[in-house]
Amino acid sequence: MAVGKEIRTKIGSIKNTQKITKAMEMVAASKMRRTQERMNATRPYARRMQRIIRHLAHAHPEYRHPYLLPRDGKRIGILLVSTDRGLCGGLNANLFRGLLRRMKQWEEYGCHLELSIIGQKGVSFFAGVGGRIVAQKTQLGDEPHLGDVIGVVKVLLDKYDAGELDQIHLVFNEFVNTMTQKPVIQKVLPIEVEELEDQLRHHWDYIYEPDAKEVLDDLLQRYVESIVFQGVVENKACEQAARMVAMKSASDNAGKFIDELQLLYNKARQASITQELSEIVSGAAAIQ
Amino acid sequence: MTIHVDIVSAEAEIFSGTAEMVFAPAELGEVGIAPRHAPFLSRLVPGEVRVKISADEQLPFYVSGGIIEVQPHVVTVLADTAVRAKDIDEAAALEAKRRAEEALRDRSGKIDYAKAQAELVEAVRQLQVLERYKKHKGRLEK
Repeated sequence: MAVGKEIRTKIGSIKNTQKITKAMEMVAASKMRRTQERMNATRPYARRMQRIIRHLAHAHPEYRHPYLLPRDGKRIGILLVSTDRGLCGGLNANLFRGLLRRMKQWEEYGCHLELSIIGQKGVSFFAGVGGRIVAQKTQLGDEPHLGDVIGVVKVLLDKYDAGELDQIHLVFNEFVNTMTQKPVIQKVLPIEVEELEDQLRHHWDYIYEPDAKEVLDDLLQRYVESIVFQGVVENKACEQAARMVAMKSASDNAGKFIDELQLLYNKARQASITQELSEIVSGAAAIQ
Repeated sequence: MTIHVDIVSAEAEIFSGTAEMVFAPAELGEVGIAPRHAPFLSRLVPGEVRVKISADEQLPFYVSGGIIEVQPHVVTVLADTAVRAKDIDEAAALEAKRRAEEALRDRSGKIDYAKAQAELVEAVRQLQVLERYKKHKGRLEK
């Protein structure tokens, strides 16, 4: 029966698409579990590091590290963490939109902006809108290592050290839960800390080994790296979660589409049968 | 009197709890930290961090370097990598030691001398920590 051939082919092709999105959903789900575990594993380090920095900001050292001194200035370095691949819903788009809005505000204040970007999507987007990209790192893979991010961080830190930048901000997606990812713009440098409990108010300083400058340089560099790395790991978990959700809704939509087409096909088939029957019946009636 | 100790590496939390005393391989030599120690900040070199939980219970860890911060009631060890002494992979450490030594013998100048040396130090320290752990194991577990 030649009826509905087009519809049948269409159903077939949507079924194939659905198979792909289902497979991607499952892959993303298993990767998400792994990236989430990783994110939880790296959190304690970042938290302890932040505690030390909080203590440090309330010490009264003879050597003040430049990262801890407030700076006025309008040259801002932005470190953007994005994904390498697409098909993860509005994850990147939301992040970029938020950042663009902020960049516009900064520009209205007359700020000079420089971008350092992790992830292919961010690179191609901001190259398109004409951002000043000073460093980029793409193809991080599913298990990023601290060593992977050091390069892009160092470019900004060197500029900060040389006085070419006055602020550094980190932009990434924070993992709230599987359904929710929150775009975050976080100020990394200069370090600002809130007031602390009273016991640290009195005048004190660390004993440094070997000496204050060496230890603090080392510590603060690690601090920045750990913040950025935590951002990268969170963003990775967000990517997998967003992809899983996006692919799930794509599979669901495909399912709905198939149901509708199937209904249409059945109707067309029945209509043609009815038509044929009535033709036969009326033909027979004409003969009698 | 006890002091709170946190040992974390970039990839995991290794230990968190209270102790009587902590020993760590600071850059200028081993330090012992008792409760109410003055604030102290130092880099660590590869070696053993020992947490003395009570007079007859000690937990040894291997760290490959990092930072130690001491506040009167809390010690934080931020290690680059850290493992419990009993989890040290002896075969891997021996292999790393052998490779580093081989690299150092290579006089063709193609190798990164400093890197090989650092690797050798790490492997040797790991083996030392493990050796110590084995020697004291009977005593510690009584």
